[in-house]
Amino acid sequence: MERAAVLGRLTWTVATVAERVEETAQAVTIALDVPGWPGHVAGQHVDLRLTAEDGYQAQRSYSIASAPEDDGLALTIERLEDGEVSPFLTQEVRPGDELELRGPIGGHFVWRSTDGGPLMLVGGGSGLVPLMAMLRHRAHSGAVDVPAHLLLSARTWDDVLYRDELAEQAAVHGLEAHYALTRAQPPGWEGFARRVDGDMLRAVGPPPEAAPRVFVCGPTGFVERAADALVALGHRPAAIRAERFGATG
Amino acid sequence: MSVPDTARWLDGNAAGGLLVELLGADVTGAPRTCGSCGQTHAVASHRLYQGAGLVLRCPGCDAAALVVTVTDSGRVVRMLGAWTLRLPTG
Repeated sequence: MERAAVLGRLTWTVATVAERVEETAQAVTIALDVPGWPGHVAGQHVDLRLTAEDGYQAQRSYSIASAPEDDGLALTIERLEDGEVSPFLTQEVRPGDELELRGPIGGHFVWRSTDGGPLMLVGGGSGLVPLMAMLRHRAHSGAVDVPAHLLLSARTWDDVLYRDELAEQAAVHGLEAHYALTRAQPPGWEGFARRVDGDMLRAVGPPPEAAPRVFVCGPTGFVERAADALVALGHRPAAIRAERFGATG
Repeated sequence: MSVPDTARWLDGNAAGGLLVELLGADVTGAPRTCGSCGQTHAVASHRLYQGAGLVLRCPGCDAAALVVTVTDSGRVVRMLGAWTLRLPTG
Protein backbone atom coordinates (compact mmCIF):
# COMPACT_ATOMS: atom_id res chain seq x y z
CA MET A 1 0.00 0.00 0.00
CA GLU A 2 1.39 3.37 -0.91
CA ARG A 3 1.28 6.41 1.24
CA ALA A 4 -0.10 9.62 -0.06
CA ALA A 5 2.65 12.16 -0.51
CA VAL A 6 2.63 15.23 1.64
CA LEU A 7 2.38 18.29 -0.50
CA GLY A 8 1.25 20.78 2.04
CA ARG A 9 -1.11 22.96 0.12
CA LEU A 10 -0.75 22.49 -3.59
CA THR A 11 -0.70 26.03 -4.79
CA TRP A 12 -0.18 27.63 -8.15
CA THR A 13 3.33 29.03 -8.52
CA VAL A 14 4.71 31.34 -11.15
CA ALA A 15 7.55 29.66 -13.04
CA THR A 16 9.89 31.44 -15.42
CA VAL A 17 10.91 29.95 -18.75
CA ALA A 18 14.70 29.59 -18.73
CA GLU A 19 15.26 27.84 -22.02
CA ARG A 20 13.41 26.52 -25.04
CA VAL A 21 14.75 23.63 -27.12
CA GLU A 22 13.16 22.34 -30.33
CA GLU A 23 13.20 18.55 -30.04
CA THR A 24 11.33 17.63 -33.22
CA ALA A 25 9.09 19.46 -35.69
CA GLN A 26 6.22 18.91 -33.25
CA ALA A 27 7.79 18.97 -29.80
CA VAL A 28 9.59 21.53 -27.69
CA THR A 29 11.32 21.20 -24.34
CA ILE A 30 10.76 24.09 -21.96
CA ALA A 31 13.15 24.42 -19.01
CA LEU A 32 11.63 26.26 -16.08
CA ASP A 33 12.92 28.05 -13.02
CA VAL A 34 10.44 27.34 -10.25
CA PRO A 35 10.98 29.20 -6.99
CA GLY A 36 10.84 26.80 -4.03
CA TRP A 37 10.52 23.69 -6.21
CA PRO A 38 10.30 20.80 -3.71
CA GLY A 39 11.86 18.20 -6.03
CA HIS A 40 10.06 15.39 -7.81
CA VAL A 41 10.09 11.67 -8.55
CA ALA A 42 10.65 10.38 -12.08
CA GLY A 43 7.27 9.82 -13.76
CA GLN A 44 5.40 12.65 -12.06
CA HIS A 45 3.65 15.49 -13.86
CA VAL A 46 2.75 19.11 -13.30
CA ASP A 47 -0.37 21.07 -14.14
CA LEU A 48 0.09 24.23 -16.21
CA ARG A 49 -2.53 26.96 -16.30
CA LEU A 50 -2.85 29.71 -18.88
CA THR A 51 -5.06 32.73 -18.35
CA ALA A 52 -6.26 34.85 -21.25
CA GLU A 53 -6.72 38.61 -20.97
CA ASP A 54 -10.47 38.13 -20.58
CA GLY A 55 -9.92 35.82 -17.63
CA TYR A 56 -10.58 32.56 -19.48
CA GLN A 57 -8.39 29.80 -18.10
CA ALA A 58 -7.17 26.58 -19.64
CA GLN A 59 -5.29 23.92 -17.71
CA ARG A 60 -3.29 20.89 -18.86
CA SER A 61 -1.09 18.23 -17.28
CA TYR A 62 2.44 17.69 -18.62
CA SER A 63 4.92 15.00 -17.68
CA ILE A 64 8.25 16.07 -16.26
CA ALA A 65 11.12 15.12 -18.60
CA SER A 66 14.05 15.93 -16.34
CA ALA A 67 15.47 13.65 -13.67
CA PRO A 68 15.23 14.62 -10.00
CA GLU A 69 19.03 14.97 -10.06
CA ASP A 70 19.01 17.52 -12.88
CA ASP A 71 19.15 21.28 -12.41
CA GLY A 72 15.84 22.93 -13.15
CA LEU A 73 12.59 21.43 -14.30
CA ALA A 74 12.11 20.42 -17.94
CA LEU A 75 8.83 19.65 -19.70
CA THR A 76 8.61 18.33 -23.25
CA ILE A 77 5.41 19.38 -24.94
CA GLU A 78 4.02 18.06 -28.20
CA ARG A 79 1.97 20.38 -30.36
CA LEU A 80 -1.54 19.21 -31.16
CA GLU A 81 -2.69 21.34 -34.07
CA ASP A 82 -6.24 21.92 -32.87
CA GLY A 83 -5.18 22.18 -29.23
CA GLU A 84 -5.95 25.11 -27.00
CA VAL A 85 -2.76 25.19 -24.95
CA SER A 86 0.01 23.24 -26.70
CA PRO A 87 0.29 25.53 -29.78
CA PHE A 88 0.98 28.44 -27.44
CA LEU A 89 3.49 26.50 -25.34
CA THR A 90 5.36 25.08 -28.33
CA GLN A 91 5.36 28.16 -30.58
CA GLU A 92 4.89 31.35 -28.58
CA VAL A 93 6.64 30.83 -25.27
CA ARG A 94 10.10 32.39 -24.95
CA PRO A 95 12.76 32.55 -22.23
CA GLY A 96 11.72 35.05 -19.57
CA ASP A 97 8.01 34.33 -20.01
CA GLU A 98 6.06 33.35 -16.92
CA LEU A 99 3.73 30.37 -16.60
CA GLU A 100 1.49 29.25 -13.75
CA LEU A 101 2.33 25.77 -12.53
CA ARG A 102 1.48 23.39 -9.69
CA GLY A 103 3.05 20.10 -8.71
CA PRO A 104 4.73 17.73 -8.71
CA ILE A 105 1.73 15.40 -8.87
CA GLY A 106 1.45 11.60 -8.98
CA GLY A 107 2.24 8.71 -6.68
CA HIS A 108 1.54 5.73 -8.95
CA PHE A 109 3.32 6.13 -12.28
CA VAL A 110 6.68 6.76 -10.63
CA TRP A 111 10.02 4.98 -10.38
CA ARG A 112 12.85 5.50 -7.93
CA SER A 113 16.19 3.81 -8.55
CA THR A 114 15.82 2.16 -5.14
CA ASP A 115 12.71 0.38 -6.47
CA GLY A 116 15.06 -1.69 -8.62
CA GLY A 117 14.21 -3.44 -11.86
CA PRO A 118 14.45 -4.71 -14.44
CA LEU A 119 12.72 -1.79 -16.07
CA MET A 120 10.52 -2.30 -19.08
CA LEU A 121 9.40 0.98 -20.60
CA VAL A 122 6.90 1.10 -23.44
CA GLY A 123 6.17 4.48 -24.99
CA GLY A 124 3.98 5.77 -27.80
CA GLY A 125 5.02 9.12 -29.28
CA SER A 126 5.43 11.77 -26.61
CA GLY A 127 4.54 9.08 -24.07
CA LEU A 128 8.32 8.77 -23.96
CA VAL A 129 8.57 11.90 -21.79
CA PRO A 130 7.95 10.44 -18.29
CA LEU A 131 9.86 7.29 -19.31
CA MET A 132 12.80 9.53 -20.24
CA ALA A 133 12.67 11.04 -16.75
CA MET A 134 13.07 7.48 -15.42
CA LEU A 135 15.96 6.72 -17.78
CA ARG A 136 17.68 9.99 -16.89
CA HIS A 137 17.15 9.21 -13.20
CA ARG A 138 18.65 5.76 -13.72
CA ALA A 139 21.71 7.25 -15.46
CA HIS A 140 22.17 10.33 -13.30
CA SER A 141 21.73 8.56 -9.96
CA GLY A 142 24.28 5.91 -10.83
CA ALA A 143 21.71 3.10 -11.00
CA VAL A 144 22.89 1.80 -14.37
CA ASP A 145 23.15 -1.70 -12.92
CA VAL A 146 19.33 -1.81 -13.15
CA PRO A 147 18.60 -3.42 -16.54
CA ALA A 148 16.47 -1.13 -18.70
CA HIS A 149 14.55 -2.04 -21.84
CA LEU A 150 12.76 0.60 -23.90
CA LEU A 151 10.31 0.03 -26.71
CA LEU A 152 9.32 3.27 -28.39
CA SER A 153 6.67 3.56 -31.05
CA ALA A 154 6.74 6.64 -33.29
CA ARG A 155 5.42 7.52 -36.72
CA THR A 156 8.79 8.27 -38.30
CA TRP A 157 12.44 8.44 -37.22
CA ASP A 158 12.22 12.24 -37.15
CA ASP A 159 9.40 12.02 -34.62
CA VAL A 160 11.57 10.20 -32.06
CA LEU A 161 12.27 12.46 -29.09
CA TYR A 162 15.72 12.60 -27.45
CA ARG A 163 17.23 10.43 -30.23
CA ASP A 164 20.87 11.32 -29.58
CA GLU A 165 20.53 11.03 -25.84
CA LEU A 166 18.90 7.59 -26.14
CA ALA A 167 21.73 6.48 -28.43
CA GLU A 168 24.23 7.69 -25.85
CA GLN A 169 22.39 5.90 -23.05
CA ALA A 170 22.46 2.73 -25.13
CA ALA A 171 26.19 3.10 -25.77
CA VAL A 172 27.28 4.23 -22.31
CA HIS A 173 24.65 3.14 -19.80
CA GLY A 174 23.53 -0.21 -21.16
CA LEU A 175 20.03 0.87 -22.19
CA GLU A 176 18.40 -1.63 -24.55
CA ALA A 177 16.50 0.66 -26.89
CA HIS A 178 14.11 -0.66 -29.54
CA TYR A 179 12.07 1.38 -31.97
CA ALA A 180 8.91 0.73 -33.93
CA LEU A 181 8.28 3.17 -36.77
CA THR A 182 4.70 2.85 -37.86
CA ARG A 183 4.38 5.24 -40.81
CA ALA A 184 7.72 5.47 -42.61
CA GLN A 185 11.17 3.99 -42.10
CA PRO A 186 14.55 5.35 -43.21
CA PRO A 187 16.49 3.37 -45.85
CA GLY A 188 18.11 0.29 -44.35
CA TRP A 189 15.90 0.41 -41.24
CA GLU A 190 16.47 -2.63 -39.07
CA GLY A 191 14.01 -1.87 -36.29
CA PHE A 192 10.32 -2.72 -36.16
CA ALA A 193 8.02 -1.32 -38.83
CA ARG A 194 4.57 -1.92 -37.38
CA ARG A 195 2.44 -1.06 -34.38
CA VAL A 196 3.38 -2.52 -31.01
CA ASP A 197 2.12 -6.09 -30.54
CA GLY A 198 2.73 -9.13 -28.38
CA ASP A 199 5.51 -10.59 -30.54
CA MET A 200 7.37 -7.31 -30.38
CA LEU A 201 6.98 -7.01 -26.60
CA ARG A 202 8.26 -10.57 -26.22
CA ALA A 203 11.25 -9.81 -28.44
CA VAL A 204 12.35 -6.71 -26.52
CA GLY A 205 11.91 -8.48 -23.16
CA PRO A 206 12.41 -8.91 -20.29
CA PRO A 207 10.15 -11.97 -19.87
CA PRO A 208 7.43 -12.11 -17.19
CA GLU A 209 9.61 -14.50 -15.13
CA ALA A 210 12.10 -11.66 -14.63
CA ALA A 211 9.28 -9.72 -12.91
CA PRO A 212 10.06 -6.42 -14.61
CA ARG A 213 8.57 -3.14 -13.49
CA VAL A 214 6.56 -2.18 -16.54
CA PHE A 215 5.60 1.38 -17.39
CA VAL A 216 3.44 2.12 -20.42
CA CYS A 217 2.69 5.66 -21.55
CA GLY A 218 1.03 6.99 -24.68
CA PRO A 219 -2.34 7.79 -26.19
CA THR A 220 -5.22 5.86 -24.64
CA GLY A 221 -5.59 3.39 -27.52
CA PHE A 222 -1.86 2.67 -27.59
CA VAL A 223 -1.79 2.00 -23.85
CA GLU A 224 -4.81 -0.30 -24.05
CA ARG A 225 -3.26 -2.39 -26.83
CA ALA A 226 0.15 -2.58 -25.17
CA ALA A 227 -1.23 -3.40 -21.72
CA ASP A 228 -3.54 -6.10 -23.13
CA ALA A 229 -0.62 -7.65 -25.03
CA LEU A 230 1.61 -7.59 -21.95
CA VAL A 231 -1.03 -9.36 -19.87
CA ALA A 232 -1.48 -11.92 -22.64
CA LEU A 233 2.28 -12.58 -22.50
CA GLY A 234 1.95 -13.39 -18.81
CA HIS A 235 2.93 -10.14 -17.13
CA ARG A 236 1.01 -9.52 -13.91
CA PRO A 237 -1.55 -6.74 -14.35
CA ALA A 238 -0.45 -5.28 -11.01
CA ALA A 239 3.14 -4.96 -12.29
CA ILE A 240 2.03 -2.85 -15.24
CA ARG A 241 1.62 0.84 -14.57
CA ALA A 242 0.05 2.97 -17.24
CA GLU A 243 -0.37 6.62 -18.03
CA ARG A 244 -2.61 7.74 -20.84
CA PHE A 245 -2.83 11.12 -22.45
CA GLY A 246 -5.72 12.45 -24.37
CA ALA A 247 -6.55 14.27 -27.53
CA THR A 248 -6.95 17.69 -25.93
CA GLY A 249 -3.81 19.75 -26.26
CA MET B 1 -11.33 -4.98 -28.94
CA SER B 2 -10.02 -1.72 -30.26
CA VAL B 3 -9.82 1.61 -28.48
CA PRO B 4 -9.01 4.52 -30.77
CA ASP B 5 -6.09 6.81 -29.92
CA THR B 6 -8.58 9.63 -29.67
CA ALA B 7 -10.55 7.93 -26.87
CA ARG B 8 -11.90 10.56 -24.54
CA TRP B 9 -10.89 9.06 -21.25
CA LEU B 10 -7.62 9.36 -19.39
CA ASP B 11 -6.53 7.71 -16.20
CA GLY B 12 -6.70 8.84 -12.62
CA ASN B 13 -3.17 10.27 -12.79
CA ALA B 14 -4.63 13.24 -14.61
CA ALA B 15 -6.96 14.01 -11.70
CA GLY B 16 -4.03 14.16 -9.26
CA GLY B 17 -3.93 17.93 -9.07
CA LEU B 18 -7.65 18.24 -8.45
CA LEU B 19 -7.55 15.51 -5.78
CA VAL B 20 -4.84 17.42 -3.95
CA GLU B 21 -7.08 20.48 -4.10
CA LEU B 22 -9.98 18.49 -2.64
CA LEU B 23 -8.18 16.28 -0.12
CA GLY B 24 -4.91 18.05 0.63
CA ALA B 25 -2.71 15.12 -0.38
CA ASP B 26 -1.68 13.24 -3.49
CA VAL B 27 -3.78 10.08 -3.41
CA THR B 28 -3.18 8.78 -6.95
CA GLY B 29 -1.20 5.85 -5.53
CA ALA B 30 -3.87 4.98 -2.96
CA PRO B 31 -6.03 1.86 -3.39
CA ARG B 32 -9.79 2.11 -3.84
CA THR B 33 -12.10 -0.86 -3.53
CA CYS B 34 -15.11 -0.67 -5.79
CA GLY B 35 -18.47 -0.88 -4.05
CA SER B 36 -19.97 -2.45 -7.16
CA CYS B 37 -17.53 -5.17 -8.35
CA GLY B 38 -15.29 -5.43 -5.30
CA GLN B 39 -12.03 -5.07 -7.21
CA THR B 40 -9.26 -2.91 -5.76
CA HIS B 41 -7.32 -0.59 -8.04
CA ALA B 42 -5.05 2.39 -7.47
CA VAL B 43 -6.83 5.70 -7.94
CA ALA B 44 -4.37 6.37 -10.79
CA SER B 45 -5.62 3.28 -12.63
CA HIS B 46 -9.23 4.46 -12.69
CA ARG B 47 -10.71 5.94 -15.84
CA LEU B 48 -11.18 9.68 -15.91
CA TYR B 49 -13.87 11.31 -18.01
CA GLN B 50 -13.68 15.09 -18.11
CA GLY B 51 -16.20 17.67 -19.12
CA ALA B 52 -17.61 20.58 -17.16
CA GLY B 53 -16.90 18.45 -14.10
CA LEU B 54 -15.37 15.03 -13.99
CA VAL B 55 -16.20 11.40 -13.35
CA LEU B 56 -13.68 8.80 -12.22
CA ARG B 57 -14.77 5.23 -12.96
CA CYS B 58 -13.66 1.80 -11.77
CA PRO B 59 -11.45 0.17 -14.44
CA GLY B 60 -13.01 -3.19 -13.58
CA CYS B 61 -16.72 -2.47 -13.97
CA ASP B 62 -17.08 1.21 -14.95
CA ALA B 63 -19.04 2.10 -11.81
CA ALA B 64 -18.55 5.71 -10.71
CA ALA B 65 -15.91 6.23 -8.02
CA LEU B 66 -15.79 10.00 -7.87
CA VAL B 67 -18.11 12.58 -9.34
CA VAL B 68 -17.19 16.25 -9.24
CA THR B 69 -19.84 18.63 -10.48
CA VAL B 70 -19.14 22.31 -10.96
CA THR B 71 -21.95 24.63 -9.91
CA ASP B 72 -22.24 28.41 -9.68
CA SER B 73 -21.51 28.33 -5.97
CA GLY B 74 -18.67 25.80 -6.00
CA ARG B 75 -18.06 22.13 -6.53
CA VAL B 76 -20.16 19.16 -5.47
CA VAL B 77 -18.01 16.10 -4.73
CA ARG B 78 -19.38 12.55 -4.40
CA MET B 79 -17.03 9.68 -3.53
CA LEU B 80 -18.29 6.10 -3.94
CA GLY B 81 -16.84 2.75 -2.85
CA ALA B 82 -14.16 2.30 -0.21
CA TRP B 83 -11.29 4.73 -0.52
CA THR B 84 -8.28 3.98 1.66
CA LEU B 85 -6.57 7.28 2.07
CA ARG B 86 -3.56 7.96 4.25
CA LEU B 87 -3.40 11.66 4.72
CA PRO B 88 -0.23 12.64 6.55
CA THR B 89 -0.31 15.51 8.97
CA GLY B 90 1.92 18.48 8.37
